[in-house]
Amino acid sequence: MEYSEIMVRYGELSTKGKNKKDFIKQLGQNVRKALSTFDDIEVKAQHDRLHVTLNGADSDAVMNRLKGVFGIENFSPSVKVEKDIDQIKETAVAMVKEAFKPGMTFKINTRRQDKEFQYDTYQMNEILGSTILENVPGLTVQMKHPDLELRVEVRMNGVFLSGETIQGAGGLPVGTGGKAVMMLSGGIDSPVASYYALRRGVKIDMIHFYSPPYTSEQALAKAKELTARLAGYSGGIQFIQVPFAKIQETIKEKVPEGYLMTVQRRMMLRLTAAIAEMRHAKGIFNGESLGQVASQTLESMAAINDVTSMPILRPLLSMDKTEIIKVAEDIDTYDLSILPYEDCCTIFTPPAPKTHPSLEKSRKYEGYIDVDGLMKEALDGIVISDIRPGDNYLNQNEDVFAELL
Amino acid sequence: MIYFDNSATTKAAPEVVDTYAKVSANYWGNPSSLHKFGEQAFNLLEQSRQQIADLVGAKLSEILFTSGGTEGDNWAIKGTAMAKREFGNHLITTEVEHPAVHNSMEQLKREGFDVTYLPVDEHGRVSADDLRAAIKPSTILVSTMAVNNEIGAVQPLDEIAAVMRDFPRIHWHIDAVQGIGKGLADKIFNDRVDFVTFSGHKFHAPRGIGFMYKRQGRKIAPLMAGGGQERNLRSGTENLPAIAAMAKALRLLLTDEAAKVQRQREIRLAILHHVETFPNVTIFSKDLPYFAPHILCFAIAGVRGETIVHAFEEHDIFISTTSACSSKKHVESSTLQAMKVDDGIATSAVRISLDEHNTMAEAEKFNQVFDELYTQFAKLN
Repeated sequence: MEYSEIMVRYGELSTKGKNKKDFIKQLGQNVRKALSTFDDIEVKAQHDRLHVTLNGADSDAVMNRLKGVFGIENFSPSVKVEKDIDQIKETAVAMVKEAFKPGMTFKINTRRQDKEFQYDTYQMNEILGSTILENVPGLTVQMKHPDLELRVEVRMNGVFLSGETIQGAGGLPVGTGGKAVMMLSGGIDSPVASYYALRRGVKIDMIHFYSPPYTSEQALAKAKELTARLAGYSGGIQFIQVPFAKIQETIKEKVPEGYLMTVQRRMMLRLTAAIAEMRHAKGIFNGESLGQVASQTLESMAAINDVTSMPILRPLLSMDKTEIIKVAEDIDTYDLSILPYEDCCTIFTPPAPKTHPSLEKSRKYEGYIDVDGLMKEALDGIVISDIRPGDNYLNQNEDVFAELL
Repeated sequence: MIYFDNSATTKAAPEVVDTYAKVSANYWGNPSSLHKFGEQAFNLLEQSRQQIADLVGAKLSEILFTSGGTEGDNWAIKGTAMAKREFGNHLITTEVEHPAVHNSMEQLKREGFDVTYLPVDEHGRVSADDLRAAIKPSTILVSTMAVNNEIGAVQPLDEIAAVMRDFPRIHWHIDAVQGIGKGLADKIFNDRVDFVTFSGHKFHAPRGIGFMYKRQGRKIAPLMAGGGQERNLRSGTENLPAIAAMAKALRLLLTDEAAKVQRQREIRLAILHHVETFPNVTIFSKDLPYFAPHILCFAIAGVRGETIVHAFEEHDIFISTTSACSSKKHVESSTLQAMKVDDGIATSAVRISLDEHNTMAEAEKFNQVFDELYTQFAKLN
């Protein structure tokens, strides 16, 4: 079926009162950004719907992109025809035939904006229903939960038919929820937490701790590749790599083994908070899930959280690992996350980290190192890169391989 | 030479052999190694997987490499039986499956599993109603082929999918070894199927490589335990040259698929409509929409299948008795038997199977030779 437009329905924003205008404007921008590689399409964000006029663009490709834009409840590919009952009938029959499966039930749902049109909604339902029943044997009408609901909208500029409603990503448009930083390790959890942050409309900068030679170039490339994948939800993400090897070495030298991990985490959080402030971000997201590892017990969180008053947001806090993995698979980050490159969290891990560290001791042992000096040095060494959706960091041979394949 | 035995195997494409050689020479690292040779090999492995996933409309993680169709079928069936044993011990398949499925089922039967074989009609197809009736609370797997390898019947996959949608917990496996590149992708990759198995050498890739589509979230036990390759589901160092070659072969196969399928269909019908005019000929692969475009099975009464095969071979035309796997074993076709075809006529069956490189001129040549041979055979009787 050659579709003429995709009709997009808004999610939660329809309930957001006076912010609604900003939300719609932001969503319009995000949709335009997501579809920027298609030349001829037009995006019109109206108060109740957003319309993407395809002008010949590949509808499947456009819909695939729309699936990754937050703030969209669902969307329907539609065919536009003239306000001529024969044309409407013909298209309706063709659409139903295409979707037909034996034993299917259907109903027609007409909405009429153009009150001048010669048939009212009741008549339209009747006419199209009987035409379809005559032309597509094996169908039955069912008003409640039909397999196929053919929506017909009579608008001022034509009649739009759609038979399919595709679930959107939900959430809020990225950019409407302010800005935060995200602590991205490269494991399974932090990309999922990033996804949830973006889904609530928050724009994020990624912060990644990089410890050469203890962690490899590949681990860095993997974190960037994950960012490129998540950038699909927001159009682009800034990636901030923070040198961390010297801090880890110093902590290893000066701090008792049981508190290595806690003090390292405190330093990471200090650096993250400092960068967040520099970049006017209002919060810190991470992928912590309560009780998952030693650093994620309530006592550990208290001992680590101590270094900043900035809100730390933990979207995965109460999720089970299996649930997190399921989301990671759905958002296509799982495969990358399980690549076996050491990250800075797995290196310098003591054999028995304290699962119940004391806040006082954490503070005391941290006093053994030059916190301010080490922080300054690390902050002076940060490298910032702009990551776009689909950027490639892990496979530098992609083009060479494409020739082979 | 006219090669009409593409369901037995296909000739590896030169471009594919080229990829095989280059990968063997240049990317010989073990994809599991941490150094750069390993990394390159790993990247090529995943890029090949991604290409195959894109071509069949799956996700990267849903494509798993195997050694071919037989392994894929064994894995889908036994892997399900092992993973879901606690939920039941009943398996359903059809009477016309390839031996890789049939004998896996028989093996499980000896292990105490309960197997139902669905009967087929005179065209070799099962009915969705029979399937529905066969399903029990203990059913854990339904395995149906897409295209029958002996006569080319396409199973009613849409109807089967409709039944299976009512039983979302039962695994559904489709053996699609004969179905790839034949215009059936929509039917095979329907919204319900859980496992689909393929063999590389049926579409111009090298021998010893294949792949399985596994729907995300479905559980299957590994048959190969070891180093944890293929997401811990199929251990063994990856056969990277063959995998890359298969990714390429699949891309070539699916380029202009519709036109290629149409041409095979026309060639098949040109032969079908010619040979059916002879009184001693029985056609098993009818001119009906649910027969695959590339397989034609027919019998000449009173002449043994292998006699027909050798007679054509003298004219440099290569066809087969009903299936390569059984063609040297002197057993009559199991598909024809299931269709209740008389044994006398079943032993006279031969199969023509096409690929996208066959031409109408070859069909005309075949028909011409057929006329000659038919006259000779008639003298024998």
